[in-house]
Amino acid sequence: MALEISMEGIEARARELGVDLSAVDLDSIDLPADEDFGILSDDEDVLRDDDFPELDAGFSNIIVVDNLPVVPPEKFEKLENVVRKIYSQIGVIKENGLWMPVNPETKKTYGYCFIEYNTPQEAELAREKTHGYKLDKSHIFAVNMFDDFEKYMKVPDTWTPAEIKPYTPGENLLKWLTDDKARDQFVIRAGTYTEVYWNDARKLAPELVFQKQYWTDSFIQWSPLGTYLATVHRQGSQVWGGESGFERLMRFAHAQVKLIDFSPGERYLVTYSSHEPSNPRDTHRVVLNIFDVRTGKVMRDFKGSADEFTTGGHTGVSGVSWPIFRWGGGKDDKYFARLGKNVISVYETDTFSLLDKKSLKIENVVDFSWSPTDPIISLFVPETGGGNQPARVSLVQIPGKEELRQKNLFSVSDCKMYWQNNGEYLAVQVDRYTKTKKSTYTGFELFRIKERDIPIEVLELENKNDKIIAFAWEPKGHRFAVIHGDGPRPDISFYTMRTTSNTSRVTKLTTLKAKQANALFWSPAGRFIVLAGLKGFNGQLEFFNVDELETMATGEHFMATDIMWDPTGRYLATAVTSVHEMENGFQIWSFSGKHLYKVSKDHFYQFMWRPRPPSLLSPEKEEEISKNLKKYSKKYEQEDQDAFNQLSEQERKRRTELQEEWDSWVAKWKQMHEEERAYRMELREGEASDAEEEYEAKEVEVEEVVDVQEEVLAFDLDQE
Amino acid sequence: MRPILMKGHERPLTFLRYNRDGDLLFSCAKDHTPTVWYADNGDRLGTYRGHNGAVWSCDVSRDSARLITGSADQTAKLWDVSTGRELFSFRFDAPARSVEFAIGDALAVITTDNFMDHTPTVQVKRIAEDVEDQTEESALVITGIKGRINRAVWGPLNRTIITAGEDATIRIWDSETGKLLKESDKESGHQKTISSLSKSPDWSHFITGSLDKSAKLWDSRTLTLIKTYVTERPVNAVDISPTHDTVVLGGGQDAMNVTMTDRRAGKFEAKFYHKILQEEIGGVKGHFGPINALAFNPDGRSFSSGGEDGYVRLHHFDSDYFNIKI
Repeated sequence: MALEISMEGIEARARELGVDLSAVDLDSIDLPADEDFGILSDDEDVLRDDDFPELDAGFSNIIVVDNLPVVPPEKFEKLENVVRKIYSQIGVIKENGLWMPVNPETKKTYGYCFIEYNTPQEAELAREKTHGYKLDKSHIFAVNMFDDFEKYMKVPDTWTPAEIKPYTPGENLLKWLTDDKARDQFVIRAGTYTEVYWNDARKLAPELVFQKQYWTDSFIQWSPLGTYLATVHRQGSQVWGGESGFERLMRFAHAQVKLIDFSPGERYLVTYSSHEPSNPRDTHRVVLNIFDVRTGKVMRDFKGSADEFTTGGHTGVSGVSWPIFRWGGGKDDKYFARLGKNVISVYETDTFSLLDKKSLKIENVVDFSWSPTDPIISLFVPETGGGNQPARVSLVQIPGKEELRQKNLFSVSDCKMYWQNNGEYLAVQVDRYTKTKKSTYTGFELFRIKERDIPIEVLELENKNDKIIAFAWEPKGHRFAVIHGDGPRPDISFYTMRTTSNTSRVTKLTTLKAKQANALFWSPAGRFIVLAGLKGFNGQLEFFNVDELETMATGEHFMATDIMWDPTGRYLATAVTSVHEMENGFQIWSFSGKHLYKVSKDHFYQFMWRPRPPSLLSPEKEEEISKNLKKYSKKYEQEDQDAFNQLSEQERKRRTELQEEWDSWVAKWKQMHEEERAYRMELREGEASDAEEEYEAKEVEVEEVVDVQEEVLAFDLDQE
Repeated sequence: MRPILMKGHERPLTFLRYNRDGDLLFSCAKDHTPTVWYADNGDRLGTYRGHNGAVWSCDVSRDSARLITGSADQTAKLWDVSTGRELFSFRFDAPARSVEFAIGDALAVITTDNFMDHTPTVQVKRIAEDVEDQTEESALVITGIKGRINRAVWGPLNRTIITAGEDATIRIWDSETGKLLKESDKESGHQKTISSLSKSPDWSHFITGSLDKSAKLWDSRTLTLIKTYVTERPVNAVDISPTHDTVVLGGGQDAMNVTMTDRRAGKFEAKFYHKILQEEIGGVKGHFGPINALAFNPDGRSFSSGGEDGYVRLHHFDSDYFNIKI
């Protein structure tokens, strides 16, 4: 709504309000001395030149405190001191930043004042802290941001029914899934550009979908189902997507946002920022917002000091362990939880408040994680009381908060929890001290969540001293892989939770000895796994088929830093990001380890496959398709062949063109070369021309005196 | 085929040059002593002793009688190829970097570095047929280029001189008057120091290698950019095959960073590209340091590479190379 102000408009408005314009005397308003309301006249500007320039010219650092006592001039100073005392605790009040207006007739104050801080953050904090502050019984502060006044003033006094906008059909956000070649998309960030491509494995090259320079200020992220691409800016986060390219779908204002996180069902977006305190002794202030992705509304915000948000297990040096809020209850986004001191706070998204209005009290809890599919929390409490109280892992059902299963563990040094992605199993990796307490060894506690009473099985490695380097469940499967060992070439073992003959015991499938690997990447479809040697191993790759227990292929992407399967498990991307100066770029491999193509990009920051939502086919239907795969594949093989033929046709054409272009250059050069022949001969003083065949091979013997030495030889003449 | 390793230098190689017949290979290194080898089997034939500093480049006359070398000892020297005798020494007030004989071998172009207060120069010297008549006098001096000139060569018919160097710009000068005729385009040209320049056998086009990780092919007369070859490494050395449509690029990390990476990380590989399609067709590994010099044998059947590691590696192409079909 544009505001058009004309004299007629003002008069009309005045009549409406019953104000006599002629009676308004602007001169009667008392202006404080030395105040210019931030409006500088030109000459003052010049005079002020030496001063530090004002960085923030807005009013966002001013608050208005209402409900102050109305006091006569005698008590003015006292009240001002009280107010100053209260508000200077929160932040630095600007010089002349406290102004309490006085009624010129009664000489009494009006009962409100203005306070100007150095930063909007301080003002915001002051509003939060003192709104509702009880000065005494009859004076409860009402604090507002100066900027908000305008907003509140605009609220009309009479209620008018909300205008219902006609329904406009939204864009089809899932268009990319209907690609007729069933390709997958990925996004890369290199230099100042962010680009989205199709992975076109048939053409052995990526096909550009969308490109934008300076699209994001820090990073980009797909939502978990691939519907949105989120960008992060100074003012907040934005999501993009849609049918035709990438349109902006929603903005989420959050100043200086640092981190973002989507809920698994991508209904909510959590944004995080931390702000430098004005007083260096204070801790950073942390602001978290939870937005509804589709409407853009803030559903809940959390504010506090950084300390409140950093309690709990794996805190890094930088403070928070992200994500602070972990989402549970599967794709419905029903719950989210946060670890606090001795508590786990579980919130529900129906009301965005604490479940049952109170947190889950657990003494000394250091870590928890959600089942990926069910509202079950697994949590870990370390040993306390010098070993008198054992460490424990327990499973808690939400919303009932009843404990489903618990296991006490002794002499534990650390614990890690790995959920299988269908929520069927939970593996707890337990590091225990040996009897001497000098070293640790590792075992696994395997929970079968879906079975009655949740049986637990203990698994220990054959060599108990082996260090565990990596652990990974097979997605949608019953197997897991472990990299273990102490030396430079660790072993990799595969286990299964069930075999055809034995469904309730874990069985080892095989151990691969002495591998150059330190990371495991299961195909999202299961069955295949890439054993990767990152960092110290320089990017060794081994493509392993776990069904057949055989290596399909080995490869190397030198210095690779990141490895990502596409969401269908058909292709693998390996990338060298800008952590290395050299070799930046990515390579695409087939699931079986065939190198398909490679793209080099300098300053390569990010590579992310666009996730796909789960298949809509029922498991039976999928089964049927995989049974009749031959029938379907025939059609696609034909298409592949056609595409290949077409490609080679195009490629041939391109090459012919290049060749022709080159030939024209060569012809031109040849002609000029001929024309210049005479000159060249002249330069060579008549020596025969350039061509070799005009040479006549002649055997010439050249004798050269390299050295002449004269020596006097003594002859024995007396012999005669 | 297995390469022939030629270990004769104690310091990094700087330049390689075949004579016209392709039976001799001249190598320059930072160890003061240019060396001549049999280009076929890699036997060392002899050395040229007399320089007192790193030798940056050399050229051999058409009849393989004379060798000219440019050195950091602030001289360029003429040598008798067969005896190794020093014939003449041009003295400069800065290190001499690039040297080349013109058609007819009656002229040579020599560049000097920016050194102390001296700005880089391009100088043309007359080469007398009889050494007795040789003088140090310059026929032409070109100045005004900022930044080291890494290579200066003659254009077609000795009419022009082509220079390239640190300022990433290729310039064509009139070899009579010293007037600047053409300059490469800032946009399409190289973005970083041009490290090397090599001409086609008929001098109609030439290739430049740059630290901006690319090599570019240019028309010698019009300075039109014809092709660009992109690689992942700074390019230190380039050459054009005299017989096939291939070019070779060599390089690697800066010498100062080499110790921080392992052999493969540096990619000390001579990479072959299809000259017309600009596609990479192969690579030859082996050096333990960046490749500083590359040269095709004039018969096109072998090439040699010189590395920071002090080795010259002589490779005879496999039959596969001659059967490449694209």
